[in-house]
Amino acid sequence: MDDIGYTLSWYLRLAWLLPLAGFAVEVFAGYWSNRHSKTAAYLATGCIGAGFALSTAAFLCWGSHTDWEVFAASDSAGHAFLADHVESETDHGSAGEGSHAVAASHDESRQAVFSGTIYRLGTFGDLEITIDYYIDSLTLLMFMMVTLIATCIHVFAIGYMSDELTDEYVDHSAHTSDGQHVHRPGRFYRFFSFMSLFCFAMLGLVLAGNIFQVFVFWELVGICSFLLIGFYTERHSANVAANKAFIVNRVGDFGFIIGLMILWTYCGTFRFADSELDGHTQPGLFSMVRGSHGHIETHGEDVILNTELHDGHWTAPHDPERTIPYALLVVAGLGVFGGCIGKSAQFPLQTWLPDAMEGPTPVSALVHSATMVAAGVYLAGRFYPVFTTEVLLAIAYIGCITLFIAATIAVVATDIKRVLAYSTISQLGYMMLGIGLGGWAAGLFHLITHAFFKSLMFLCSGSVIHGCHHEQEMPKMGGLWRKMPWTAFTMLVGVIAISGLAIPFTSIAFSGYHSKDAIVATALAHMQLNPIHFLLFLTPLVTAGITAFYMFRLWFYTFTGKPRDEHVYEHCHESPMVMVAPLVLLSAFAAFCAVGGENGPLYNMISFSEPVGVGHDETPMGLTTDVALPSHGTIHEVHPLAGKVALLAAALGTITAALLYWFPMVDPGTIKRQFSGLHSFLVNKWRFDELYDVAFVRPTHSVARWCVNCDKYVFDGFLHSLARASVWVAVVDRKFDEGIIDGLVNLAGTATRAVGMSLSVFQTGRIRQYVMFIAVSVVALFALLFAFITKA
Amino acid sequence: MDQVSLSHLLWIGAILFVSGVVCMTTKRNGIGILMGVELVLNGANVNFVAFARYTQLGLDGQVVALFVIVLAAAEAAVALAIALNFYNNHHTIDVDRGDSLSG
Repeated sequence: MDDIGYTLSWYLRLAWLLPLAGFAVEVFAGYWSNRHSKTAAYLATGCIGAGFALSTAAFLCWGSHTDWEVFAASDSAGHAFLADHVESETDHGSAGEGSHAVAASHDESRQAVFSGTIYRLGTFGDLEITIDYYIDSLTLLMFMMVTLIATCIHVFAIGYMSDELTDEYVDHSAHTSDGQHVHRPGRFYRFFSFMSLFCFAMLGLVLAGNIFQVFVFWELVGICSFLLIGFYTERHSANVAANKAFIVNRVGDFGFIIGLMILWTYCGTFRFADSELDGHTQPGLFSMVRGSHGHIETHGEDVILNTELHDGHWTAPHDPERTIPYALLVVAGLGVFGGCIGKSAQFPLQTWLPDAMEGPTPVSALVHSATMVAAGVYLAGRFYPVFTTEVLLAIAYIGCITLFIAATIAVVATDIKRVLAYSTISQLGYMMLGIGLGGWAAGLFHLITHAFFKSLMFLCSGSVIHGCHHEQEMPKMGGLWRKMPWTAFTMLVGVIAISGLAIPFTSIAFSGYHSKDAIVATALAHMQLNPIHFLLFLTPLVTAGITAFYMFRLWFYTFTGKPRDEHVYEHCHESPMVMVAPLVLLSAFAAFCAVGGENGPLYNMISFSEPVGVGHDETPMGLTTDVALPSHGTIHEVHPLAGKVALLAAALGTITAALLYWFPMVDPGTIKRQFSGLHSFLVNKWRFDELYDVAFVRPTHSVARWCVNCDKYVFDGFLHSLARASVWVAVVDRKFDEGIIDGLVNLAGTATRAVGMSLSVFQTGRIRQYVMFIAVSVVALFALLFAFITKA
Repeated sequence: MDQVSLSHLLWIGAILFVSGVVCMTTKRNGIGILMGVELVLNGANVNFVAFARYTQLGLDGQVVALFVIVLAAAEAAVALAIALNFYNNHHTIDVDRGDSLSG
């Protein structure tokens, strides 16, 4: 048993650390070779490609160890696998928690999760900070997905970034102070070094076995995102966007840290899974909060943490040794989710993602559609056991709001990358909604399928931008399918996937249909159980239609119709094979990765790792609210209906787009004029940027100005007046010294001189006078002496 | 006529002395001053001789008078040398001209 976990952890560790080694080499590669060499790219692609091979090997290893149970036919009532087993334990506990409607079919002699510690960084009393790993089917799946998509994007970037292979690159969007375009050496190698660093950070995040490690890699992906968005450092807009991305993420991280602090204080550990310490098994966070039966034990206002181990099951001891107030558990969950809001660009922190399109397109494809922004959703899924019902409801609502806002803005956006950016935000909202509604596997299913079709679409848009010589505005495109057939076709695959279209009465559908369908079904089941939260079903349904609309708008506007700008159309050309091949590969995945839908291999792999208690218990829970999360059975019941209405919404959206943009029966321009107020509101992105500017940026600037003035006038003024006082004292002192003291001394001198001068009268130099004086003095002396002698 | 006594001789000595001093103080001629010096010395001599005759001083007084005469002669030589130098510098023997040490 130890072996398999050990082997898996080594495969994944290697896959994780290879890009770091690549980064270390590539960062200096620019100095070893000239700027025309593609060595850095080959190295980076090699590292991440090897990572993919290792991840696949790990998956195969894991699969064969579990006898491919993941793909065995499962009963539709769901399968519950106990999610936490310590690596070295084999427990034969009873399946006796039959108090819930569970059709448990788990075999506890096999383990679904492998966890352990790689390195202990520090011990502070009872608290430890370690580097851990946590490997379950979700981890393996994420590794494979991330490495595969990253490899495709690296290959694409070799072609896309090829104009950096020069000693003098002219940047047409950046200007020097005298109005000239900026000339600078090419930075091909640096791009790939940042990409390697990013891959290292992302894989580390996925592999992490404790929440603090997640936070470390969270920040690291944020840094890489900053570096990559600001890749064209000479452009002011890129720098602003990079700052905005990082700062907005930081706001979310503030919540994350609060959550970390609360958990550290009350639970005493950051680890997800249980661990061995001196032969004594310590519960991890998941066991502590949820126990082996997936329930949160409350006692009045407090939650009792499960710290006792009975026959391999974690229970709450009778006199609780660790409790956490329920409210603080909610706060912790919201805090950690706050980080997810920042990272996954949910409302209200969604403003950074559209601006992040300043980075090169491969960055947008990798970082801002498939991986980094998915990290928030991944964490929400991973950390699900610690979220209480209130937190899940908040997650659902935030996802719901986000998906709606972003979809409406995408309807009017004209920059091809912006449309995709808003689409990403919207789909991330879908994923969060899915998770918040209790559809854990549905949300993560959508994560995987979205990664494929969104990165595909970003790469296609990159191909378009490259082919049209860096033209990004759709009003200048049109009719491009004739010139770029491969790009057009693969883009169409992606658009159909995201719209969730399928051919009814058959099971022919691309991946997006299945995953979106799963979420909508969960939403419908949730609404059935909690009718008061009906918006959580209606909004995603309507937005599915809007999604189809704006995606097809994008496709029709760009690729069909008459070319709107002759210059762009003439020079447009299909991209080279190095860029088209990844598109084709990704389109195959985007179309077929979710074959089989909810019974397919992908969904099975995800739901194999479902946390304990998901999709089983429909009792309303929660101390302040009363929300019942739907069970697998309920979801399965409403699935057909949900599928039909979702498909209907998507079809309506598609048809509307076709009517407006393909065979234009209605001129979109007229509609724009009719609803010009609404249009301008949407074009200005619901004025969030202005709102934040007024609410946060300007007050900060005025506080900063106040501080500057305080510093300049008050503090410096104080110091200057001190200096002036010293100078004044010195002047007075000098006057005193010169006037009085020197005066006294001089007076003494003058007096002496005067006396001397007056006495010099006697010195006439005349001899006779001197003789006279002598004689007179002698006589006087005699007289005096005689006077005394006679007296005496 | 009374007997010539000590006091008479002392009076002579005194008169000589005072004359000498007056001569020293009032004469402008350098040689004149030297004459005054001589008078002073001789006045002192007369005193010595008087005391030698009329008191127990005896012969010692007279010996001292001889000393004084010799000293007077030596001192007169020196003084004349000084007067010669004075004349060389000032080209006159008028001592009032030698007042360059005034202050």
